[in-house]
Amino acid sequence: MNQTNPNLPGAPATENLRTDELLLNMGPQHPSTHGVLRVIVTTDGEIVRSAHPEIGYLHRCMEKHSENVDYMGVMPFVDRLDYLASMNNEMGFAIAVEKMLGLEVPRRAEYIRVIIAELQRVGSHLMAFGTYGLDLGAFTAFMYGFRDREMILDIFESISGARLLYNYMWIGGVARDITAAQVAKIKEFVTYMKPKVEEYNTLVSYNKIFIERTKDVGVMDVDLCFSYGLTGPILRGAGYKWDLRKDLPYSIYPEVEFDVPTGNGEMGTLGDCWDRHIVRMREMTQSLRIIEQLIDGIPAGPSRGKIGKVVKPPVGEHFSRTECPRGELGFYIVSDGTGKPYRIKAKSPCFLNVATLNDLSQGVMVSDLIATLGSFDIVLGEVDR
Amino acid sequence: MTFDTIFQSTTARFPGVAITKGETKPDPFIAVPKDKIAEVVMYFHKELNFESICSISGADYPKTHTFEVVYHLTSYFFKTIVCIKVILPRENGVSVPTISHIFKGANWLERETYDMFGISFEGHPDHRRILCPEDWVGFPLRKDYQTPDYYAGMPVPLYFPDDDAGATEGSTH
Repeated sequence: MNQTNPNLPGAPATENLRTDELLLNMGPQHPSTHGVLRVIVTTDGEIVRSAHPEIGYLHRCMEKHSENVDYMGVMPFVDRLDYLASMNNEMGFAIAVEKMLGLEVPRRAEYIRVIIAELQRVGSHLMAFGTYGLDLGAFTAFMYGFRDREMILDIFESISGARLLYNYMWIGGVARDITAAQVAKIKEFVTYMKPKVEEYNTLVSYNKIFIERTKDVGVMDVDLCFSYGLTGPILRGAGYKWDLRKDLPYSIYPEVEFDVPTGNGEMGTLGDCWDRHIVRMREMTQSLRIIEQLIDGIPAGPSRGKIGKVVKPPVGEHFSRTECPRGELGFYIVSDGTGKPYRIKAKSPCFLNVATLNDLSQGVMVSDLIATLGSFDIVLGEVDR
Repeated sequence: MTFDTIFQSTTARFPGVAITKGETKPDPFIAVPKDKIAEVVMYFHKELNFESICSISGADYPKTHTFEVVYHLTSYFFKTIVCIKVILPRENGVSVPTISHIFKGANWLERETYDMFGISFEGHPDHRRILCPEDWVGFPLRKDYQTPDYYAGMPVPLYFPDDDAGATEGSTH
């Protein structure tokens, strides 16, 4: 209708237009790459022909540094992997070392750990929800997400003294006990947050514009997830029910009741961006449910077990996995019997998530590439380590 | 499926191949000769229900003069993880066959292992460094790695003079 008729005088001379492919550098400084990720995109008009991610801009040699400090000294480095879910990272590393030591953690510490880790999961998913809204042009979601995450950060600040990188969960327990006032604060937050998740679903998840942007976009089926080794909300979004907290339970997760939400292709194809988004939203509700079950029954007792000043695991090696907000975080630890780890490998979920980008972006629109990348919820600190 | 059953079925499937068991605690491992690794991983993937890859990493042991390439495969069916190792002589330019045609995720994981240890992967479709810049000298996670003083004309900060007395001059790594 509104196309110019090329036969009319004054129409643009189409024969002089360049029609070859254009190489476009997205990032490393780009608001929608969630950090310093560079994607080399080849475009043909609005269509993406290939998208090659280049990583390493945030590489801080965490694995090398870890070999030069003692086991307790690794904990602050572990914090900085996935800086939006530090508590979950710490819990994963602490569990790995405790398994090597054969150490039992006091019940009180287990309760505190799970409550804090689930609070952190809510905080991390709120960030994912907010930034995903921002990627797709909904600025309100970003503000709401940050507002509620702020309350979690306030709780963590009163518990550990820090707002982002906590160094709170130590090997053998937690660094500081929590008080009755802090417990009351957590309860207050849970009561506040439960209806908010529903509100955000109404505002964003079931919004017509949001659905149109995310349904049938960036479809990842279970075979692709297996081939790439993807875990977490991406695997669950593809419809595969797998959660380490349920299937290979650790800590006190067997004692609590919760569901594992999976995508079911409600709005379009199974495993599209919308499915991944809704899995995160529903996980928040489940995390709040876990906290509600535990918060009233924290047993009395010490918050840290009796361990020596120097942590010395016996000679051997161990691979441990825990369920973090972005997938399974694994630690491969080799001990040579001394006070310093011989080798630590952090297997991060986001590293493999980014690797899929080229496969998903063949022949899609540029705006769909942004929607796909946002739905991975990547944190570059974890990709580059 | 326990580790012993996995090990026994693997040795039965590959008779005459030097597949050995490593009794490390708490996790044992299966050591596979270098030229058989792709076949063994394919066997795990197709016949033993190890659907997915978890991690590929390396380790450097100057004392025994070996490199190890460590594969962790995940089985969602058996709810377990298995550790397979290829033990190589500790020399420059050693290589193992790639498994990136079996698991797509192995592509980046092998690139990272090459970047950190200098172990090459034969037949890899995109054999480049991944975390370090392409012109970086040396392989950082080797135990005898010396941090260079300069990279592209810029000094590499090893310590800052205002730091505590614990920092020593020169390369400490």
